Parts: sequence; structure tokens; C-alpha cells
Amino acid sequence: MVTGTTVARRARWLNPTRKSADPRMPLALVVLSVAVVAGLMLPLAFLVLQAAQAGGGQLSQLLLRQLTLTLLLNTVKLVVVVTAACAVIGTAAAWATERTSLPGRRVLATLLVLPVAVPDFVIAWGWVSLFPSLSGLPGAALVLTLGLYPLVYLPVAASFRRADTAQEYVARSLGKGPWSTFMSVTLPQARLAVTGGCLLVALYLLAEYGAFSVLRYQTFTTEIFAEFQQGFDAPAAAALSLVVVALGVVVLVAEVAATRPGRTVLGRPRPQAGVRVGLGRATAPVVAALGALVVLAVGVPAAMIVYWAGSGQRTTLPAAQSLAGAAWHTALYSASAAAVATVAALPVAVLAVRYRRAPVVVMERAALLVEALPGLVVALALVYFAARYAPLAYQSGPLLVMAYAIMFFPLALVAVRASMARVPAELEMVGRSLGRRPLSVVLRVTLPLVMPGLLASFLLVFMTAATELPATLVLVPTGVQTLATQFWAYTGDFSYRAAAPFAAAMLVVAVVPSYLLGRWFDRLPSGAVGR
Amino acid sequence: MITVSGLCKRYGRHIVLDGVDLEVPAGSLTAVLGPSGSGKTTLLRILAGFQRPDGGRVQLGGTTVEEAGRVHVPPERRRVGYVPQEGALFPHLSAAGNVAFGLPHRERRGPRPGELLALVGLAGFDDRYPHQLSGGQQQRVALARALAVRPEIVLLDEPFSSLDAALRAEVRQDVARVLARTGTTAVLVTHDQDEALSLADQVAVLRDGRVAQCATPETLYRCPVDPAMAGFVGDANLLDGLVGDGRVATLLGELALVGGPAVLGDGVRAIVLVRPEQVRLDDSPDAPGSPARVEAVEYHGHDAVVTLQATGAPGPRLLARVPGAPAVKPGLVLRASATGPVVAWRHEGAEQPVPVPGTGTAGPAGSDGWPRAGGM
Repeated sequence: MVTGTTVARRARWLNPTRKSADPRMPLALVVLSVAVVAGLMLPLAFLVLQAAQAGGGQLSQLLLRQLTLTLLLNTVKLVVVVTAACAVIGTAAAWATERTSLPGRRVLATLLVLPVAVPDFVIAWGWVSLFPSLSGLPGAALVLTLGLYPLVYLPVAASFRRADTAQEYVARSLGKGPWSTFMSVTLPQARLAVTGGCLLVALYLLAEYGAFSVLRYQTFTTEIFAEFQQGFDAPAAAALSLVVVALGVVVLVAEVAATRPGRTVLGRPRPQAGVRVGLGRATAPVVAALGALVVLAVGVPAAMIVYWAGSGQRTTLPAAQSLAGAAWHTALYSASAAAVATVAALPVAVLAVRYRRAPVVVMERAALLVEALPGLVVALALVYFAARYAPLAYQSGPLLVMAYAIMFFPLALVAVRASMARVPAELEMVGRSLGRRPLSVVLRVTLPLVMPGLLASFLLVFMTAATELPATLVLVPTGVQTLATQFWAYTGDFSYRAAAPFAAAMLVVAVVPSYLLGRWFDRLPSGAVGR
Repeated sequence: MITVSGLCKRYGRHIVLDGVDLEVPAGSLTAVLGPSGSGKTTLLRILAGFQRPDGGRVQLGGTTVEEAGRVHVPPERRRVGYVPQEGALFPHLSAAGNVAFGLPHRERRGPRPGELLALVGLAGFDDRYPHQLSGGQQQRVALARALAVRPEIVLLDEPFSSLDAALRAEVRQDVARVLARTGTTAVLVTHDQDEALSLADQVAVLRDGRVAQCATPETLYRCPVDPAMAGFVGDANLLDGLVGDGRVATLLGELALVGGPAVLGDGVRAIVLVRPEQVRLDDSPDAPGSPARVEAVEYHGHDAVVTLQATGAPGPRLLARVPGAPAVKPGLVLRASATGPVVAWRHEGAEQPVPVPGTGTAGPAGSDGWPRAGGM
């Protein structure tokens, strides 16, 4: 999770079809892209295969029980509550920082997106270690709202920034008051962003595992994990996984349908200051509320880390040693996955930008379908795959790297594509006309220009993988610990003092690249992300 | 020398080029003029080798470089310089780096990049990056970059459209000067008649996917091939006329015909082109021509365009271009006459009104479906 993720996700649906420069797609590019997309489809294909082998009778037996209904109800309840809360909080916060004369709004804008960089299971742990009785729906709703509201805040703030403020002046001059203007003009301008953000929240909720486990809230992911641990019950886990995937696909399709640009016309971002709404006597309460939001979401886990880290008297030497080892493995796996995902995204991105036509769009959408697969499901699919076809690969580093690369491929694709779209095809044409062969043009023109995008893609996947929990728990090689699994192991034993340094390390890993990425996306001209 | 014959290109069902024929003599500057969407850029990209035609042939200097389905020489082996819209400099390279891009290794660090920058008037700008250059300077660097590899042909795709009016004239002249000095054959694509007429040795007007007329700027303006073309290039008064005694009788008097009396036979009904600057306005009631009421005066400084309505019923609307500031006000009735010679076309289907775009009947054409160049 990251500051830039949502912005980047917005980019892909705002990109209209463009006329291709050269009608012939290079064969090598097509072959590579097809191979990449086929690889991405592997977990899904295996899941279906698994379920098919179990047969319809066994499947219905597994699914048509009280448990499934309970899980479904739990999931839907949580999705509705958290999504609604995120929508209200995210939109209100975005309006306050972008459209009012709030003092300290720039600092607040930076702080408000921080929670998205903190793994949800760390926020959950922070709260549970403060209030051990916190659990169930109230606990899960509180923690996940705190962790996920930035997914609404980010796109809505961006859309408020881009929106044409002249429309508001027109509304005011036509006799509408501030509140009426907000409801009838401002909010409809942000409609796409709000809907898109909400659906993103729903997608994350379906995939979440760690926070639910900490808060003892039973959902599909926790149940799948339990089935897996209890005895490798492949058909049961596969059947439940298919239900989650189906829910994810529904959300994804809804997102595509809802965020397709159409009725709302986004203006170009205007440098004009625009008159900000003065809050008057409401200023202090609003600042206090936004501050409280940040404190609850980030302050609580951070304070608990500091508290537990400083609490013990015994030497921390063994912990320090295992911290270094875990950090090394986290860095190794995450960096490998980031490199693999970025390299794999390159041919697909080039095709999608330069040769945009029906088959390419289908391929791109198929690649993005992976977003509907929770990490746990991808990991389990790979476990079954390895157990059956490649026993040596099971619980090996490369299999974990592959799982990360598949899970976070959409992030890489979005980042690489956004920067690819910034390279005008004319530049490549000019290079050719100056007597350079296509490969030479790629090396001397295209590559230097997409480098920032490749770097962004690398960072994005790296930090997301570094704080990933469920797939890591399933696939991490025996005897190896990463920051996330070691933290998980210690908190499972209630060794909070030993767990604290690992949480701190994860925060550093997540916050620093997300700051860099945020700056990169801020510098992107609207033309790159917007069209 | 470029020879294009029977070039066809379609996108799906949309036919963009429908049999384009074009000859560009060596060392000349040819402007391809057409409204946006007329296939100008497609034509240019086919010449450069970035797109492949569905039919037809392209020869550069006697060598066939493109023949639909048979020959395709890749862009890097055509020796065709390409200057796209807005220059498209490589943003990660300095001005000198951009110019040196196509040069062989040993020449990159030599004096040639600097020489070329000097040629386009940018001596000493070697280390500037594109974002540190103004629009006009970027355009000059783009030209220097294209010329660096000593191309046989340079293609310019609306190279001045992104510059503001004052800068445009200056950069335009400099580009013409540099091209003339290097003796490069050039094809310039534009939608700006002003630019085409003032810059090119030869103008090819692209219409409905074909070259409707290819001629020198003077010929194009004086003798357009049909009434529609007359309205495309500059402002035009299109009047009904009757040919007799080798002259044509119109509202504005009896006028001599371009090409002499033999062009159209006696008694033929004709459409007559009278350019606004051929119209004379006189306030004495004894002057020749017909009475017309002034409707509007558009003052341009160096001259003024007067819109008049002929008072006869149904009198056509007339445009007159008069030097300086005219002492006429709307409402005034003047005598309008014209000085020949004029171009006339046989009136097809004598009973029907002349099919002039936008006006419905004979009258001033131009500015209809075609951007009228300021001051033309």
C-alpha cells in the first residue's frame, strides 16, 4: 500500500485510446507480453482446475453450509461499514485540505496519507496491544477504516485539485449558497474519484488477512488460512478462494464501470488559486478532528512500538541479530520481486501505449484482473501447483518471489505505463529518421525517458512486498524469517517487546519509498496521468 | 526529388488518402496544405516510413522506398529528416546532444553539432536542455538535428503551429533561409494558407484524400481549379457572369478573362472569381459598377476589409480589400467595380445556384469550413 498507488490506478482508466503510430506490432513484444499474461493467469487457472477436480458435488457440499453464509455475512457487513466510513472521512478530509483555508493544510495533507503506508496488521496490533478487548466487527471496522480511508482521500483530493473552480463561482453567482454549491457542483465533480476510491477499499478488504486475524474477526481469508494450516485441505480452501475471487471480480468490474470517464468532465488543473472557503469558528474543531484521525491511525501504532521497544530490561542482542537477518531476507525477496514485476510489465506497457487495439486491451485487462486475487489465494494456488508439479520449488525463495511478482504486477504495470505514455511516439520516430535502428532508439531514447517510471514501479512493488503478510506466511522458505513473518510470530506469542523493532523496521521500509513515490507522482504533469 | 503516385491509406473504413499523386522537385520547398484531418500528417509519415500505405508508391531520388505490399525501406535507411510538431526534442539530451544524435561516434564530439546550431542562429546554446529553450529555439534545434545527418529530404509537420504569431514569422523566415542555403528538398505540412503561400515554392492542396491542386503560390491564388478551391485559398467573391465577346459581364462590370477570350465560349453562364483586392469602391454615383451598401468594416492596419451588400435584388454579399483606413461607415451606399483579369468556370446546371460551401448562392467564399488566415 502506498501513496502513489491510487493515483496510479486512476491513471489507467483515464487514458483514452490513441491512434497507433505503426500498425505492425513487433512479434517479440507480442510473444513476451502473451507469456507474461499467461504467467499471471496461472494461479487463477490452477484454482479453477483444483475446484473442477473436486467436482460439483463436493464443491456444493463445501460451499453450501452455515459457515459460508456466516463468512459471507461477516465480509459484506464489514465491507459496507468500512467503505461507507472511508467515503465520508476521505471526502471530508480531502475537501478540508484542498478547498478550505485550513491552517497547516499542507502538513495535514502529507500526514493524512501516512496510514496507507502502515501495514493494516501493524495498526491492528497497535490498537489491540492498547485495548486487548478490542475485537469483532467494531474493532475490525475501526482499524480498517483508519488504515484504508486514504484510498478515498487520495483520489478525491486529486480530483478536487483538478476540478474547475469556475463552475463553483458560476453556481454561487446563480444564487446557490456554499452548502448547496458543494452538494450540487463540487461533489458531483469528485463522483468518479469517490466511487473509485470506495471500490478500491472494498478490494483491499476482501484481500486483508493479518488485521482480521489480530482482531479475531472471521472472514473468508482467515478461514482459508485456517483450512490451509489445519491439514492442507486443498478442495475446501480452493472452493472458498473461488468465492473470494468471484467477489473481487464483481468489485473490479464495478470499479471499471463506475470510474470510466464519461459524464464528469475533468478540467485541466489550473494554476489559479481559487478562493478557498473560510471555515470561521469551525476551524479549530476541523483541525482537531483531522489531527485526531492521524493520531488514531498512525500515532497509536507508532506509540505502541516505542512503548514496547523501551519496556524491557533484558539485552536485545538476539533480537537485533534476527532483525538483521529478517531485514536482509525481506529486502532480497522484495527487491527480486520488484525487479521481476517491473521487467515483466515493460513489454505489456509498451504494447498498451503504442499499439492500443482490441486484443491488447483485452490482454491488459486480463493482467489487471490479478487485482481481484487476494495474496493468500495466489500463494495457495502456487503451493498446490508446486506440490503437484514442482515439489522442489515448494517453500523456496523463487516461488515466494514469483507470488509477489504476480500479486503486485498491476502496480508495476500502472507505473511503467504512466511513464511510457509520457514518451511521445514522435521522439522514437525522430530517432529512426536520424538513421538509428529500432533497438538503438529504444536504448538511447525510450529507456532513458521511462527510467523514472521503472524506478517508481520498482519502489512501489518493493515496499508493498516488504509489508506483505499472508502470502509470505504461506510461502516463506523453512527456517527463514522476514520482517513481517517474524513480527507475526512474536505477536502471536504476545512477545510484543520483541515484535516492536520489526514493526519499526517495516514502517521505515514502507514510509521512505512512499514519500519518494508521492513526490514522483506529484511531479507528473497531468498530461501523463490524465490522458 | 520525391515522386508519390497513387498513395492510398485507410484507417478501418475511414479513407484518409485516396490516390495521392505528388512531385517535389529537388531543392524546392513544397507545402502540403489541408484542413486538420485531411491526411497531411499521414502522408508525411508514409514519406518518412513510419506508416505503411495500403496502395501506391513513393520514390525518393529515383529509388523506390515504398510500394504497398512489396517494398518498405525502414525509416533509418531513407535519409529523410523529420521535424515533428512542437519539435519533439529529446528531453534528456542537451541541444548539442540532440543535434549529435544521428551523427556517427567520431563526429559527435567534433565541431559539427556546434556548426549546425550556429547555422540555425543558436551558436553557444550547446549545453542548454530543451526545457531551457523557448518554443522557437526548440524548433530551430529540431531543424538542426534533422539537417545534421545530411538528409536528402526534410519533412516538417506543422512546425510553426505552436509558436505565437510574432515568433512564427521570424522562425518561418529563418527556416526558409536555412533550407535554401543547404539546398535541401523539403516538404512542409500546414493548415495555414498564409504560411503555405508565403514560404513554399509549390503548394499542394489536399482535399478528400487527393491532391486537388498543386501549383506555385501565385497560380494557386490567381487561378484555383474550381470555386471551392478559390474559397480554400484566401477570400473570394464568387459572382454570376455571362461570357460575351471574350469578356465576362458581372455585377462589377465587364472583366477580362485570365487566359484570353478562348477559355469559355460566348453565351456561357459562368462563375467568376473576383478577389477582394480586385474590388474598387467609389463614392461618386457616376462611377462604373453597381451600387452596394456597406455592412461592416474590418480594420487591419495595413488595409481594411469592407463587407457590402449589393442593392439589386437578390444582390450578393461582396468583400472588398482597400488599402489604409477607408472613410466609409456602415450604411453608406457606394459603387463597387472590379479590375480584371479574372478566372471563371462554366456554370454547371445553369438553373441551379452555384454550389459554394456555406453561402448557398454565389457570394464571398472563404472562412467556411476553412480557417481564414489573418490578414489574407
